[in-house]
Amino acid sequence: MIKQEHTEKNVALLMVLILIVISIGGLTEVVPMYFIKGTVEPVQLNGVDTIRPYTPLEQRGRDIYIREGCYVCHSQQIRPFRDEMLRYGHYSLAAESQYDHPFQWGSKRTGPDLARVGGKYSNEWHVQHLQGPRTVVAESIMPNYPWLMENTLQYDDIEDRMRALKMVGVPYSETDEEYQANIKKFGQDVADLLVISKAKDNLLMQEKSGNFDGDREKLTEMDALVAYLQVLGTMVDFSQYDEGHFAQFR
Amino acid sequence: MAEAIDKQMYNFSIVRKFTVMAIVWGVLGMSVGVYIASELAWPFLNFDNAFITFGRLRPVHTTLVIFGFGGCALFATSYYVVQRTCQTRLWGGALAELTFWGWQAGMVLAILTYTSGFTQGREYAEFVWPLDIVITLIWVIYLLIYVMTLRNRSQPHIYVANWFYLAFILAVALLHVFNNMAVPVHWFSLESYSLHSGVQDAMLQWWYGHNAVGFYLTAAFLGMMYYFVPKQAGRPVYSYKLSIVHFWALIFLYMWVGTHHLHWTSVPDWASSIAATFSILLLMPSWGGMINGIMTLSGAWDKLRHDPILLFMIASLSFYGMSTFEGPLMSLKSVNALSHYTDWTVGHVHSGALGWVAMISFASIYHLIGKVWNTSIYSIKLVTTHFYLATIGIVLYITSLWVAGIGQGLILRAFDDYGNLAYTFIESVNFLHTPYMVRALGGAFFVLGILIMAYNFYMTVKQSRKEASDIDGLAMIPANAHH
Repeated sequence: MIKQEHTEKNVALLMVLILIVISIGGLTEVVPMYFIKGTVEPVQLNGVDTIRPYTPLEQRGRDIYIREGCYVCHSQQIRPFRDEMLRYGHYSLAAESQYDHPFQWGSKRTGPDLARVGGKYSNEWHVQHLQGPRTVVAESIMPNYPWLMENTLQYDDIEDRMRALKMVGVPYSETDEEYQANIKKFGQDVADLLVISKAKDNLLMQEKSGNFDGDREKLTEMDALVAYLQVLGTMVDFSQYDEGHFAQFR
Repeated sequence: MAEAIDKQMYNFSIVRKFTVMAIVWGVLGMSVGVYIASELAWPFLNFDNAFITFGRLRPVHTTLVIFGFGGCALFATSYYVVQRTCQTRLWGGALAELTFWGWQAGMVLAILTYTSGFTQGREYAEFVWPLDIVITLIWVIYLLIYVMTLRNRSQPHIYVANWFYLAFILAVALLHVFNNMAVPVHWFSLESYSLHSGVQDAMLQWWYGHNAVGFYLTAAFLGMMYYFVPKQAGRPVYSYKLSIVHFWALIFLYMWVGTHHLHWTSVPDWASSIAATFSILLLMPSWGGMINGIMTLSGAWDKLRHDPILLFMIASLSFYGMSTFEGPLMSLKSVNALSHYTDWTVGHVHSGALGWVAMISFASIYHLIGKVWNTSIYSIKLVTTHFYLATIGIVLYITSLWVAGIGQGLILRAFDDYGNLAYTFIESVNFLHTPYMVRALGGAFFVLGILIMAYNFYMTVKQSRKEASDIDGLAMIPANAHH
């Protein structure tokens, strides 16, 4: 039997005991998250996943979201309460942030939740709001972000970024085999957007067709950020599922 | 004579360096705190300048106060305590200098990277990946120095303060390494993507986040408490048995509670229920520490009348007791439904950070200054002034954010007679304006306090230099006649 007396006379023993005692809680709670089925619920429609990795342009937008520290004032996690459902929409699913490296759920709502902000406002609204929030919402306390419109979007390392994301588990494709797997998983249209070697073309194409910052010619950081904001929370069509379908996974 | 032996025996130079930087980072980090608090009250203060927007400055504030101020205070006191309680010189010689310069470089680079927009986007772990590696290396050296010094002790027992410091060093190593696993964009990029995503990433991050509170901001500062409170009070620790029980219980229970930051989210209910249960249990070892600290004063309560350093200590233990009661309360799912995402959380953190962490650090530093600079404090009156400024500041801060947080929580969940939402989101923001002004004012009081401390500290060091040169000038007089 180990007595306290022994532990406080022997540094090695004290260290080993401390390590054992502090490891139990974390191991019990964190490790099962990787193995328990249903922790991340399956969200499929007609046999394909509707939740997909971000396109190159959206991912660059997400990088900017992180750069500016948006998460310190905005959450991306809607809780299953009546007021939150009315204000923001259906509560967040685990699957919806499965490609988020890192997660951006946040811990504070100085501003509103953004988990389902996609499609809620027009591109023009976002552009004006990001440049001068008080021109749209008089009492807002958000900073102005005028440089988003001035800065040209850097995307020369987009392939590196996608390869890094692929290493941590995001299914961007490099080989034909991976491409075919993506077609099966997400469908042809989405699979095409996830090809790493076509990242630059895809990025430019989405900027042109989406016209996020109101200027089709100039590729700005605003394009990327608005593209990201507009896709948030739009990948699950909840009208296709029975009410309470997702409750079984909670 | 005794002082002369101390000087040779102990490495006080490293303690002095870390003490100076604790005060420097404290002044800077808390000032940035007041500035960003003001940005929330008066958004024009963002000045359309990317480097000082709230989103980029907030991690500067948290990093400088937690890792700069708190970290340097912990390095200084742990290096001091381990030497005094083991009655041996700090092991490793110049390695301790390496931990000093490495840590300071880390802080400076953190400020530069955050304001330039380089961050991992993980709360309280925003350091970019190269800095994470530097911190890991420094931490391994720190552990080595600490353990080797413990091994060299000339006492049979390892004193209780050292258990807490050791648990803190080991736990932070674990937390830091597992929470910061990431793949860089490429070798020359400061950006990286975290190894985990979504639910698992959230679990890991709040396992880190809450245990940074539990081990960095609690266990370590309890180590500080266990040395400096008995020393200042001139009384032995109230209960040795209580210290054993609450130590093991505290370090075991803390590791379970992180998920209470993720109630009602996509994290499975079983995990958040376990976290809530253990959060309630955690009240017991937390109060065990508080009781052990406060009761150490039994038989010496009269000293509070004349000793503002003891006042700081008792106030800090009281705030510790209060915030470790508030914490379990907020970890209840029903309370958390209201408090989460609001300023109540921010207020709660600050009652712990300002009330407990900062106040016990101030007290320990005031105690230390005299010992390691070989003099007495320049002005005890200014210590008293600091105490009252800090206390007023904290009270303004916490109460205004109780109002802000509970108010916002209630506004956002209010319905009208027809079952529609009674308020828009922006109405909750508008409501926050007054509490935000009071909060900034409270922070300003606290900063004024630490500025007075910095002045008092500067004058004390100046005085010690003068005394030292006086002694040199009077070399004929034996050194101990000076006292």
